[in-house]
Amino acid sequence: MLIGRPPDIVSSDITPEHVFRQRRELIKAAGLGGILALGGWRHLGFAAGTGHQPALQHIQKTTYGREEKLTSYRDITSYNNFYEFGTSKEQPAENAGRFKTAPWTIAVEGEVLKPRQLGMEELMKLAPLEERIYRMRCVEGWSMVIPWVGIPLASLIKLVQPTANAKFIEFISAADDATMPGVRAPILDWPYREALRLDEARHPLTILALGLYGEMLPGQNGAPVRLVVPWKYGFKGGKSIVRIRFVEKMPQTTWMRAASTEYGFYANVNPTVDHPRWSQASERRIGTGLFTKRIATQMFNGYAEQVGQLYTGMDLRKHF
Amino acid sequence: MISKSLLPWVKRCLFLLALLPLSRLFWLGFTDQLGANPVEFVEHSTGTWALVILLLTLTVTPLHRVPGWGWLVTLRRMLGLFMCFYASLHVLAYIWLDHWFEWSAIIQDIAKHPYVLVGFLAFICTIPLAVTSTDGMMRRLGKRWKTLHSLVYLIAILAVLHYLWLVKQDISQPLGYTLILAGLLFFRLHRKLKNKI
Repeated sequence: MLIGRPPDIVSSDITPEHVFRQRRELIKAAGLGGILALGGWRHLGFAAGTGHQPALQHIQKTTYGREEKLTSYRDITSYNNFYEFGTSKEQPAENAGRFKTAPWTIAVEGEVLKPRQLGMEELMKLAPLEERIYRMRCVEGWSMVIPWVGIPLASLIKLVQPTANAKFIEFISAADDATMPGVRAPILDWPYREALRLDEARHPLTILALGLYGEMLPGQNGAPVRLVVPWKYGFKGGKSIVRIRFVEKMPQTTWMRAASTEYGFYANVNPTVDHPRWSQASERRIGTGLFTKRIATQMFNGYAEQVGQLYTGMDLRKHF
Repeated sequence: MISKSLLPWVKRCLFLLALLPLSRLFWLGFTDQLGANPVEFVEHSTGTWALVILLLTLTVTPLHRVPGWGWLVTLRRMLGLFMCFYASLHVLAYIWLDHWFEWSAIIQDIAKHPYVLVGFLAFICTIPLAVTSTDGMMRRLGKRWKTLHSLVYLIAILAVLHYLWLVKQDISQPLGYTLILAGLLFFRLHRKLKNKI
């Protein structure tokens, strides 16, 4: 079978990048920063439309990734790995429509002093929403630049107060076989599980993303809330998270269970350690067209300065 | 059985039909519909069609033997050449669009990764078959021609392995092709054994 073409998106539904940039500049210039509701953009005279998801309000701009050229909204939302909705890149966008993301609660439990059931409203109040433009490098050798909107995971960790036993955090994704067709096939051991070491989870770069391009996350990108750890391969970012568990022992993640020789716990982006089946030295930047060369992959996806110290003394060949 | 006068037309139609996957790629390319990862799309599309045409080529013999569609045999050479054509486009996309003729990276990729290696070997094996596909070559090689062209079975096995090993987790698609190939090989083995007895 051939790969299907991506679903039609009416071009008028997409906020062109330059308009998005323009709006950012305009808002910055007006000194309205995080105050002006993004929903208000619609009334500023840019009639291009703001996409298909409701806009998020009160987003603080940050300097992360400002120099990067953003991947288009269309590419970010039509080329996804989200096996719960199917294993092709197009299926998540095709199949995520029936997935219900409201109401949504996340159970935060395990080695914490204050276990909680958090609704989305509460989650959004933990910290101001920030825009973080991050590179995302997939283990398959492609990458994107995504303007996420989210909160630092550290703010949630602070809220529940981990005990001295808490060494790792496990993120468990939704696995609803009624609305997620991929879950009905035994391709992976559902529900999807990912995990971080506590210090990785507390790192200021680690966020829980609730949106992208100023809007709420579409289903195929992990709505309503997903993990984003920009110096690790994309699969570390668990999507549609329903449970966050603080534990003492290093959890077995879904991909470690599926193929432990191919996917390690850390999964830090590392051009010098190849995946057994393909090279990790270079990557294809999505959206650059048919006739563009690959670019060199950077250590820790270019975030070595910020996160390198987390791994001092570790053999990254062994702890891949 | 179709009449002899119809056969040239069937050949012409098949020729045009076999060009459709390539035309489609050009159409999608010019209308910006190759998706977020166009290089991957072109690689997967040309590879898939090479495999499909290869399996069609191997279906000719069973159809010739069982329903007795002898005329199909005259189409086999064209199918084989189209398989080689799409395989060449597949390799070209890999060498050019994916790796921009960076030979050291390509050689490393082939040497280090089994799925690339078997795919590459399959392609190498198609070259002598294409070269010796002419009537002249058939005459010159005589009996050895048939021996040489049984390489097609090796090519098919390597091609299916290439697909199986490339897939990350969900092997349902390559498994489908594997089963079809297994059926086609089983047919031949079965006949061979039966004829011996």
